[in-house]
Amino acid sequence: MIKLLTGNDLLTGDVLWWDGAGWSLNLADAVAVEGDALLAKVIAEERINDPALIDAELTPHGPRPRTMRERIRGTGPTVRLDLNRMPA
Amino acid sequence: MYRYDEYDQAIVDARVAEFRDQVARRLANEITEDQFKPLRLMNGLYLQLHAYMLRVAVPYGTLSGTQLHALAHIARKYDRGYGHFTTRQNIQYNWIKLAEAPDLLAELAAVEMHAIQTSGNCIRNISSDQFAGAAADELADPRPYAELLRQWSSFHPEFSFLPRKFKIAVTASDTDRAAIQLHDIGLQLVDRDGVRGFKVWVGGGMGRTPMIGHVVREFIPASQYLSYCEAILRVYNRYGRRDNIYKARIKILVHELGAEEFTRQVEAEWALLEPLALDAPAAEYARIVAQFAEPAYDAAASDQLDLADPGFALWVKQNVHPHKRPSYAIATISLKPAGGIPGDASADQMDLIADLAARYAHDEIRVTHSQNLVLAHVRKADLHALWTALDGAGLATANLDLVTDIIACPGLDYCALANARSIPVAQQIAARFADLDRQHDIGELKIKISGCINACGHHHAGHIGILGVDKKGEEAYQLLLGGSGAEDTSLAKILGPGFTEAGIVDAVEKVIDRYRSVRTGPSERFLDTYRRVGADPFKEAVYG
Repeated sequence: MIKLLTGNDLLTGDVLWWDGAGWSLNLADAVAVEGDALLAKVIAEERINDPALIDAELTPHGPRPRTMRERIRGTGPTVRLDLNRMPA
Repeated sequence: MYRYDEYDQAIVDARVAEFRDQVARRLANEITEDQFKPLRLMNGLYLQLHAYMLRVAVPYGTLSGTQLHALAHIARKYDRGYGHFTTRQNIQYNWIKLAEAPDLLAELAAVEMHAIQTSGNCIRNISSDQFAGAAADELADPRPYAELLRQWSSFHPEFSFLPRKFKIAVTASDTDRAAIQLHDIGLQLVDRDGVRGFKVWVGGGMGRTPMIGHVVREFIPASQYLSYCEAILRVYNRYGRRDNIYKARIKILVHELGAEEFTRQVEAEWALLEPLALDAPAAEYARIVAQFAEPAYDAAASDQLDLADPGFALWVKQNVHPHKRPSYAIATISLKPAGGIPGDASADQMDLIADLAARYAHDEIRVTHSQNLVLAHVRKADLHALWTALDGAGLATANLDLVTDIIACPGLDYCALANARSIPVAQQIAARFADLDRQHDIGELKIKISGCINACGHHHAGHIGILGVDKKGEEAYQLLLGGSGAEDTSLAKILGPGFTEAGIVDAVEKVIDRYRSVRTGPSERFLDTYRRVGADPFKEAVYG
């Protein structure tokens, strides 16, 4: 199990994933995060809402969040696939 | 319908300007999110799973055509082309950008709408009967009283930081179409000895701890209902449990004190308030009543209806209700098409419905707590033309109060609080029962689905209720039977162990199949059968 850093963009509310150098809209770009230091920095900067470290596992298709909630955050509403930013 | 006066408009415009400044300061990092969050919530702006969500108030569910057109415009300009009508008769937009929210609110204010008090621990949107002013069975239009409550409760300085949110519903008919016994305060307009007044329920609600309201007053004169509500709120504000969010609703206070003691305290408080003459002057009430004047009915309209077209006849049978004038009818537009998302309407659909309201329904639309829309004043002679236009847009599904007319909250597809998805379950049940003949054979059956214990989908009030729960990060569903939000209010009970997403749909079908085998006949509703035979036959069908 790894940890991913995620949150919502202050301006748009978009779901963001930490990709090692910055924020990505694509869950597939997310990288494992070690420790709490980065989360503390993000919280202090006040530009990302609801920042959190979430559990995920690495799969051949990329990181897969442990919970259904985070998987849906990663893909978008399952009932409006036309609105999703990326394939489910 | 009610039109803003100079004070209403000034208040709403000032709030838009204030929020614009607050947003600018947040974007400039001059205030933290902890400081900003309560400010945006006071303006109906939530942060959900994928984006900001804006909840717009639709007072007592009444909209003008101009307002519905504006909502369509907002869906296109600021969202992704659609909106979601809610169980509080409001509309929500799911994809709002923070920087654009002040402009959006300014456009709402231009059509006398806002998002104030659609969140937070305050008095929320006043809800009412979607047939108000048109129903054949009502005493009088309850909306002037609801409007007075709206004005009284908007920015009420004493009640802006209550222990928890507070919901009030007003009706004027023995047939309860607004679930008044499941509100913090439920008011039913009644007459006694020639005096108009209200029967008052307090302490109903769903959520984590569902309770049916208690009658605290069989009768309060209509001239004094505001001060009586003030007394109720004062007792709640003083003694409500601020120490525990799960025990903070007024229903818990009423339960813990006992209805008798709670009532005694309200009466004592009201005895102090009554001499202060806090109620609205008769002239102000008359001013509001005048704005709810009856539309200019066509006195020459025929009360005959040609039902030769079978599709039209089916729609009339299921979705059309009697109007107080025999030559008119009340038409409900189902927002539950097969495969659709309950309560969702596209911008194009909103524009079409607004156009049809202008042409056929005196330019007025109602939102129902069942997430449908209503045209309340349609000449019978125009019903076929209306149905034809709706049918062409996929809006003439003849399923009102049938098994596919499902209430569903946004659930885990959108909501940050949800544990499980609601909409896909509703869609799968609707697909399973898509055959209209089968639906009509089953008859009245209200399925209500919530994605979490907060019960926005009213699962406790469902003839069949479904509650989504979290099971170690995955979705699971509980099945409840026997609830009602109508005048025969009851709370649904859990039938047994929960299910997976696929399993819950199968379980619902087994329950319905068992109902059809044990009912006394097609005229016995599911709910009546359940009350007659109890849970055991259904347990056996599902788990046996």
